[in-house]
Amino acid sequence: MLSQESLRQIDREIAKYPPGRQQSAIMSALRIAQVEKGWLPKEVIEFVADYLSMPPIAAYEVATFYNMYDLRPVGRHKITVCTNLPCALSGGVYAAEYLKKRLGIDFDETTPDGKFTLKEGECMGACGDAPVLLHNNHRMCGFMTTEKIDQLLAELERQ
Amino acid sequence: MLEIEIDGKTIQAPDGSTVMDAAALAGIYIPHFCYHKKLSIAASCRMCLVQVEKAPKPLPACATPVTNGMRVWTHSEAAVKAQKGVMEFLLINHPLDCPVCDQGGECQLQDLAVGYGGAHSRYREEKRVWINKDLGPLVASDASRCINCTRCVRFTAEIGGLMELGQAFRGDHAEIMTFMGRALDSELSGNVIDLCPVGALTSKPFRFSARTWELSRRRSVSPHDSLGANLIVQTKHDVVRRVLPFNNERLNECWLTDKDRFSYEALASEQRLTLPMMCERDTWHTVSWQIALEFIASALQSITREQGGQALGALASPHATIEELHLLQKLMRGLGSENIDFRLRQRDFRGDAVRGGAPWLGMSVVDIHDLHSLLVIGSFLRKDAPLLAQKVRHSAYRHGLRVSAVGPNAEDWRMPVAARALVAPSAMVAALAAVAAALAEETGRTVTERLARRLPAAADISGEARAVAQSLASGEKNAVWLGNFAVQHPRAAELHLWAQEIARLSGAALGFIGEAANSTGGYLVGAVPGEGGLDARAMIESPRRAYLLFGAEPDLDFADGAATVATLARAQLVVAASAFDSPALRQAADVLLPIAPFTETPGTFVNCIGEAQSFNAVARSRGEVRPGWKVLRVLGNFLELPGFDHEDFESVRDEALAGGIPARLDNAIGDVPEANAPVPRAGCLQRIADVPIHFADPLARRAPSLQKTADAAPPAARMPAAMLAELGVNAGDRVRVRGSGAVELHAVADEGVAPGCVRIAAAHAATVALGPMHGDLSVERI
Amino acid sequence: MSAHALILAGAGGERAWRLQDYAARGGYGALRRIIAEKTPPEAIIAELKTSGLRGRGGAGFPTGLKWSFMPYAFPGDKYLVCNSDEGEPGTFKDRDILRCNPHAVIEGMIIGAWVMGCTRGYNYIHGEIFEIYQRFEEALEEARAAGLLGRNILGSDFSFELFAHHGYGAYICGEETALLESLEGKKGQPRFKPPFPASYGLYGKPTTINNTETFASVPFILKMGGEAFLDLGKPNNGGTKIFSISGHVRHPGNYELNLGTPFPELLAMAGGMRAGRKLKAVIPGGSSAPVLPASVIMDCTLDFDAISKAGSMLGSGAVIVMDETTCMVRALERLSYFYHEESCGQCTPCREGTGWLYRVVRRIERGLGKPGDLDLLHSVAGNISGRTICALGDAAAGPVQSFVKHFADEFAYHIENKKCLVPPLVQEAGSQIYM
Repeated sequence: MLSQESLRQIDREIAKYPPGRQQSAIMSALRIAQVEKGWLPKEVIEFVADYLSMPPIAAYEVATFYNMYDLRPVGRHKITVCTNLPCALSGGVYAAEYLKKRLGIDFDETTPDGKFTLKEGECMGACGDAPVLLHNNHRMCGFMTTEKIDQLLAELERQ
Repeated sequence: MLEIEIDGKTIQAPDGSTVMDAAALAGIYIPHFCYHKKLSIAASCRMCLVQVEKAPKPLPACATPVTNGMRVWTHSEAAVKAQKGVMEFLLINHPLDCPVCDQGGECQLQDLAVGYGGAHSRYREEKRVWINKDLGPLVASDASRCINCTRCVRFTAEIGGLMELGQAFRGDHAEIMTFMGRALDSELSGNVIDLCPVGALTSKPFRFSARTWELSRRRSVSPHDSLGANLIVQTKHDVVRRVLPFNNERLNECWLTDKDRFSYEALASEQRLTLPMMCERDTWHTVSWQIALEFIASALQSITREQGGQALGALASPHATIEELHLLQKLMRGLGSENIDFRLRQRDFRGDAVRGGAPWLGMSVVDIHDLHSLLVIGSFLRKDAPLLAQKVRHSAYRHGLRVSAVGPNAEDWRMPVAARALVAPSAMVAALAAVAAALAEETGRTVTERLARRLPAAADISGEARAVAQSLASGEKNAVWLGNFAVQHPRAAELHLWAQEIARLSGAALGFIGEAANSTGGYLVGAVPGEGGLDARAMIESPRRAYLLFGAEPDLDFADGAATVATLARAQLVVAASAFDSPALRQAADVLLPIAPFTETPGTFVNCIGEAQSFNAVARSRGEVRPGWKVLRVLGNFLELPGFDHEDFESVRDEALAGGIPARLDNAIGDVPEANAPVPRAGCLQRIADVPIHFADPLARRAPSLQKTADAAPPAARMPAAMLAELGVNAGDRVRVRGSGAVELHAVADEGVAPGCVRIAAAHAATVALGPMHGDLSVERI
Repeated sequence: MSAHALILAGAGGERAWRLQDYAARGGYGALRRIIAEKTPPEAIIAELKTSGLRGRGGAGFPTGLKWSFMPYAFPGDKYLVCNSDEGEPGTFKDRDILRCNPHAVIEGMIIGAWVMGCTRGYNYIHGEIFEIYQRFEEALEEARAAGLLGRNILGSDFSFELFAHHGYGAYICGEETALLESLEGKKGQPRFKPPFPASYGLYGKPTTINNTETFASVPFILKMGGEAFLDLGKPNNGGTKIFSISGHVRHPGNYELNLGTPFPELLAMAGGMRAGRKLKAVIPGGSSAPVLPASVIMDCTLDFDAISKAGSMLGSGAVIVMDETTCMVRALERLSYFYHEESCGQCTPCREGTGWLYRVVRRIERGLGKPGDLDLLHSVAGNISGRTICALGDAAAGPVQSFVKHFADEFAYHIENKKCLVPPLVQEAGSQIYM
């Protein structure tokens, strides 16, 4: 179900916790699985749950509780824009509107070519860099003026 | 003890009490939803907020520990304001569908809304709607009614032993569900219906069949497993509509197995036998009781006149009542026959001659709580005795009870099993001897002399046997239980003997889990062969001229259903008293007598802890159905036997149990010689036959909803993957299995089966042809 | 005088976060001295108490006192947890501390482990800052390689293992017991207290949880002495504090100031108001702190006691600045949406109440408000406040209550006129649109 590389990474996470506490690695394990698969089909969640000897519904609780997990397929590039108050005061909403216009999609939608998904995010803990957006959960981009958004989209288009 | 003042009342509460506990002691009700005395504390519904002196905020009574001198107000202005605030929140998204909700009339939310809710809603925004879930055949979901108290989630994890339900998503999207929409797959799942304080989880079989206030509530006792769970049977127009638990802290607490709860559906089965019937020249026709009993009496008299009582045999179900079993044995003995037995699935009766008394659990159910170590020998514990298993599970998780097991099966008991010797049936006696040897080493005690020479050499003691021994040796309060598989084993008496030795060496109580509602009671009333009498096996292997079959189905309730049907079919006369009709019964019997199931007769069961529990009929009998004890009493009159003049069932019971119970409970066994262990045939696999939970008795077999559960899946040929590979079979393939006859089954890979064995369920039409529950089978790919 | 950077001092350049650079700045000196001198835990706790260090995560609980609660002699595992799950709107200091000076946090945690006898520690890092998590993992590797973490630290018989745990998007995990649940691999739903983590924490074992900045302050206190640290701030409000300033200022960012610095000084350091506009309101301690109108905040000093006296709280030191163009109804709608989305769903008042609040505020913002809505908001917020397992309920109710209280006219205008008192969206230079 998961690659050897992913399993190796999960094993490294498990080793961080005391023996018998491997469930503590569920969040990392789901993250690693999501990076490999692009999103988290239920079969993958069940596999990860079995791998960590926990009930699948407990893993599903985790996958649905934390909002960076994707329970439905997303585009190759998921862009999450913060529109919370501090970001909104500094152009976060405008950045989101600009992205919607550029990509021709609304929040929670994916471009027809499957390249981009747009998401509305909550505070990313980087309000000083507003507007802020996340690319595929793991890369944070700050001070996202329209010019910088254009640059980013051009870069991602090329990938 | 701590002193606390609640609403002006001074209360002494034990250390560690919560405000909720203390209030309960004083009879003060604090409204609540998520709190439940048997579950962990969530403190999440906030309905039990109370005012506590010096606390700046209202505190949840369920989670606030009592401190000495604490002053609490449960109905002060501040407390009620908080409670009303919570009630308003609970109601904003709750649908106003009480008129069509099965919970109506027994809904905690409805009840408390009367006291704490407003007359109109201030909530004008859109309401939340959830899609209903399919939780399987037993539990109906009306998700939008859910108030997220998580009682059901906690139940599955804490009582059921596996978290099957969860609260997925968060905030007001939080929703109770199973993983991937799976059905609840637990023999205890129906309890979530009782736990749900609203109408989100209700009984699927009961759905929309009655309003709760129309139902009469009558107490009864479960006729299924050996625990004798206490029931409230609810009827409308004398028809059983629903079964609920009656709280009994000594037995079932507030829980029921799904079988206890839903088997009532069988009462409405089309197979109910409602009129006496006789077969003449291969044609069945209904007759009056008078004619039927006259015929039976004269036939029995003529057979005994010609050949004596030895020509008769009586085979009774262990689910029959004390009164029935007593009158049956009295009738047989009145006819001069000692051929009576209720242990229909047993093979080895060598213990009868050296038995101390009636086998029982050897301890109270409550004492399981304090056990340190428990060895379970030959048991499908979780499915055979779900509520005993639940106590063991609870004790294992909460109090560190170490559970170990010896047997051919290692299915998931949903509890930690510290040590397990997974051995083929043929190796079980040796495995116990090894445990005894390891225990003797561990404890420095010596093995009883007559057993000492049967011990294995130290080098031959397996690591598993040592682990089991260590687990027992390290505790002070221990128990050794023999399960149904051990009792039905071809060398059951030797297993018993070794279990006794292990118990002696480890200072453990020895006990029997018991197969059925009257597995202990049957012994007490003497429904077993006396001097010179034949046991259940011998009565089939040495055919009799006439049989009385009482409450048992010849194909499904015996150690060898095929042989039983064949033997009975050849007998001159078979009288079957049964609540149900069936093709096998018609094949075997000449007369069918419709007797009452447990809901239509008074009766008594003596459970595994030796408690006699009597119950009354809760519903009117159907057709010409009569209580079994009355049928036997009248038959005794027709036979002109003395002592069949009882006026009521109580007098039968008192006569049956006149010898008292406690003094006659005894699990001791005297010496049993070593049997020649049969050498397994080359190329064959040993059969491991479980009796699936929902096929174990005539009632459960005919309960439609139970038959839709995963536990009622048709039998398969279950083998370890290595065994499948050896046979060149893939999991899922059809295989032909040969015993005394052949059947075709699906092969399933199962690492919980001992090497060299195949697990194939008994008590199912699909496997009757295989013959005995024990022995060698050949398996081949089709 | 009021800017005396400790944690962020010298932590600018590309390599400043590395162990080598931290050591060059005197890093790990405090730890080396403690281990060499076998400083008794009580002495360190006394020093922390003297310093007036109060928890930097928002609650402001005295750190020395918290550390003294741990049962040092408890046999078996004890845990130390750093809360870097910074996700309260307006707060972004921990990210910068971990980016610029992770070893200060690590050193603070090792010292904490020494003091409390902890065997294992975790730093729970906010989900959205994966790059920071990776950097912290690298910093941990550096520390392990240098013998500062693991078995027999610096050759002593003191051992302590420290790991990073990565969150994945749940604000509630900033609540310490939710964080523990999350660390155990569950949903981050807060636990009812008592029992408190010091007796029943991670895996049921005694546990202490502190904020990133709190741990990062510890080495500096022990280096400079508790008295000197205290003197940087005010009595009962010792030391420096990192203020994250965001919103309508010219230079949003983190500024490490002495506690007790007047608010106008911070505003000036951040370049003052953008486009020369007038200050309207400030949320002084992260989005859950009650909003203060300009007239009130301009007279405040920035410390726990003064802000509390003004009717709000210093919280995590996240200062959200709003100018005259801000529609307070819209601002509240954004915050209410956040709390509705982030409620964990466990207890009734928060699960049901945050959604109710958000829907009513949204309705008012959209011009669908009704007479009585403000009373309703007030009443619903009151029914959440103080009735929940954790502080998220209060956090959701606080903004509603304070926005409606201080800007009642603006809300009333919205309801009566079905539109905004302030111009809706203002086009600004550089194609930016501000609220």
